[in-house]
Amino acid sequence: MTYLELTNIEKRFGEAAAVTGFNLQAERGEFVSFLGPSGCGKTTTLRMIAGFEHPTSGTVAIDGHDVTYAPPNKRNVGMVFQSYALFPNMTVADNIGFGLKIRKRSKDQIRKRVGELLELINLPDKGGRYPYQLSGGQQQRVALARALAIEPSVLLLDEPLSALDAKIRVALRHEIRSIQRQLGITTVYVTHDQEEALSLSDRVVVMSEGRMEQVGTPFEIYNFPTTAFVASFVGTLNVLPGVVADAGRGDVTIAGQPIRLAHSFEGSRGREIKVALRPEMVSLGASTNGANQLTGKVTDVSFLGSIVRIRVGLDGGPTVVLDSFNEPTLKLPALEDTVTVSFPQEGPLVLDPKAPVESVEALIAEA
Amino acid sequence: MTLLGVVPFFLFAILFLFFPVAFLVVGSFQDSVTGAPTIQNYLDLSEPNIVLAYTSSIEISLVTAVAGGIFGFMLAYAVILGGLPRFIRPLVMTFSGVASNFAGIPLALAFTFTLGLQGLVTRLLLTGLGIDLYSKGVGFSIYTKLGIEIVYMYFQFPLMILIIAPAIDGLKREWREAAENLGGSSRQYWQHIALPILLPTLLGTTILLFGNAFGAQATAYQLTAGLVPLVTNLITAQISGDVFHNVNLGYALAMGMVVIMAISIVGYSFLQRRSERWLR
Amino acid sequence: MSNVGIGNRALEVIPALEGSARDARRRPRFGANRVLSWIVFIIGVLYFLVPLYATLEFSLRTKVPFAAYNNVLFKDANFASSLLYSAAIGVVTIVVSLLIIVPTAYWVRLRLPRLRPYVEFVTLLPFVIPPLILVFGLLRAYSTGPLPLTGSELGLNVLIVAAYVVLSFPYMYRSVDSGLQAIDIRSLTEAAQSMGAGWPRILLTVIFPNIRVALLSGSFLTLAIVIGEYTIASFLVRPAFGPYLALLGRDKAFEPAAVSIISFGLTWIAMGVIALLGRGSRTRVQVAGAR
Repeated sequence: MTYLELTNIEKRFGEAAAVTGFNLQAERGEFVSFLGPSGCGKTTTLRMIAGFEHPTSGTVAIDGHDVTYAPPNKRNVGMVFQSYALFPNMTVADNIGFGLKIRKRSKDQIRKRVGELLELINLPDKGGRYPYQLSGGQQQRVALARALAIEPSVLLLDEPLSALDAKIRVALRHEIRSIQRQLGITTVYVTHDQEEALSLSDRVVVMSEGRMEQVGTPFEIYNFPTTAFVASFVGTLNVLPGVVADAGRGDVTIAGQPIRLAHSFEGSRGREIKVALRPEMVSLGASTNGANQLTGKVTDVSFLGSIVRIRVGLDGGPTVVLDSFNEPTLKLPALEDTVTVSFPQEGPLVLDPKAPVESVEALIAEA
Repeated sequence: MTLLGVVPFFLFAILFLFFPVAFLVVGSFQDSVTGAPTIQNYLDLSEPNIVLAYTSSIEISLVTAVAGGIFGFMLAYAVILGGLPRFIRPLVMTFSGVASNFAGIPLALAFTFTLGLQGLVTRLLLTGLGIDLYSKGVGFSIYTKLGIEIVYMYFQFPLMILIIAPAIDGLKREWREAAENLGGSSRQYWQHIALPILLPTLLGTTILLFGNAFGAQATAYQLTAGLVPLVTNLITAQISGDVFHNVNLGYALAMGMVVIMAISIVGYSFLQRRSERWLR
Repeated sequence: MSNVGIGNRALEVIPALEGSARDARRRPRFGANRVLSWIVFIIGVLYFLVPLYATLEFSLRTKVPFAAYNNVLFKDANFASSLLYSAAIGVVTIVVSLLIIVPTAYWVRLRLPRLRPYVEFVTLLPFVIPPLILVFGLLRAYSTGPLPLTGSELGLNVLIVAAYVVLSFPYMYRSVDSGLQAIDIRSLTEAAQSMGAGWPRILLTVIFPNIRVALLSGSFLTLAIVIGEYTIASFLVRPAFGPYLALLGRDKAFEPAAVSIISFGLTWIAMGVIALLGRGSRTRVQVAGAR
């Protein structure tokens, strides 16, 4: 049952279009992320849900009610800002209770609810402190509690973790997700960090330049990107230039070497296309049982902790990046070594912006 | 060794700031004839015309500080957050910088030309609306305490504007949005968040305005030729050697003034520090 | 952990907005404020500009138009000489003030942060000690030995520069300090030192050029204050612009108005220049290059 619905949302600032053709139907309790680089329109869209911007056209509906032009203080939507926006002149308890005070709850009710929320965010004894006395992570948790205090119908978070240290970011995002699950609140989360989006969401909306690029579960977005942008923005990706040999049989030539794809695609012989390939699908060594292989010279070996990343340069320029799990007994190649790498036929995807969407469905069906 | 870098500064301050003031302080505790230590000078401050001078000075300073503070704040708000065209703000800020320094003789003259006996506005009101400002009925005169207050506003408003503008800028847009998001109306935002945050700066600046008016001399003198009793006028007369033959009394007068100014600066600093802590 | 609830309350609030939704579309976000803002602004404009206009109008009331300006600018030797004197004193004040303030502010930031409250206190003192009291003290303190400055022309000039330098402290220090804050003086200094520069060279070639804007703005402000100042100049019996204006006000009618307009114009230009300067360069200096 759709709880939050955005229909044909468009936002223009003068001539420039910040957001176009945005459609979303979110279920009750669903966690949806808007993922994209700076300036892609994700925050603008979020602010339209909150009511701080009005769409140029299109509608926003919450639980069946059209709230497109409702003032922000009448929507009962809770927002967590990137800069926390805690009121500096109030204590933590007063901050959290502010929304309730506006709604004229009794002092006892407010105190009880604030206490519950302080427990929820794990800061039970910080009620009397002022924001400037708290760390960044603590302030953000208070901001979350403040938004939740009013029992909002939708929870909105605008890059809430981007101002925090990496370690705190990881810990806090788990907390946010578990609280959200516990309360079952429909949530929209804006971020440019794809790891955040993928690990937290039920569904991800990838955006670029005001447009929706793709909507899907994290699994779908990562493994079956429909556009070149999504493929390159989400995760690392090899994008190799290829020439069509026989589209019907899935044959492509990359750097002069023959490759076979597991599925057929569109394209006349000789046409130039781009082939996408995830580094973790590529392994070092010649192929067994008929998988694809490419030969080239090692240009770089990077040790990234749990992963070893090897770059292999092919004839004519393109580089294949492959990721291998780190193993202490692993024998790594040296620079300038000639090596062969292999990958299964299901690995590569043809990236063609004009490819019809059905081909992705077909991919999923076959996978 | 590194202390050497700041020696010139402190040396200069000692020679030309501390020493002269210390001279006055010491002198205020000395008897003018014998040079013996005494507090008589301070006791003499209770002389009626001195008390009168202090009262009017304090009154004028208080009125211009509060009124200047309120209207200055309203003007700053109007220009920054009030929805006026964007280019107005830098104009007003620059003008405030100029106007806050326009004190003294030119200012007094300007208001004489405006609201004096033959002033532009005086004549306009007479010929246009038939109102005679200087008639017995209306009884207005620019050469009075009220006149001084009107004139002092010219540098009080801009001072408030210049100081409160950064504080208003410091009101983050997100606070207003968060307040609205939580259900608050515009009035509630101002009542619970914006005004409390601005209050220390507002109060502190008002206190600063008080000190500013209290220490002003040239303007009032030019305007009223010393007719309105002011502490600064008394001190002026003292330096010129007219009124008192008791120089040390003059020192005590000066010290009284310094004490009042010091209290106002301390109050201002304290309140500024408070608001900075929140706005970090 | 009790069930803290979902979005039930939403249903209470949302139905209220169906009707207002259409109105909200037409109403701008901070509507009612705008009328009040314009009223306040216009009152402000009237209050500030009418006296200026009145001065201008009065200055032009001479039988021969612009006669007053003519008299002042070209026929009155004292106008030029007093303006020049004040300008000269102003320049000397600025130089002395810079020479004292910049190294001090620099040292406090770099090496002696604990002295900061004391330095700031001293720079705030000129607000506590009004010019009147300051000149009173200076006259008394230096009228007799060991430094009887009030006896000679040179001595009096020294006193007036000293007094103005003290008056300039708050503005100069604040300008310079915020200028230093904007550039990373620690890294700049260390980079210069690693290349072998000594203190004077560092100050002169690295620090001064990078806080130019701050210096200029503090300097202009000081110049404006010096030129317009009356109290100290008159009590030290200096042939400055302030006393000249007072004398003019006592003797003539139209000329003071003309001079007011001229000085106002000059101050406006100075402030405009400061505002212009302040807008352009906030460029951060790169200590480490792109390599």
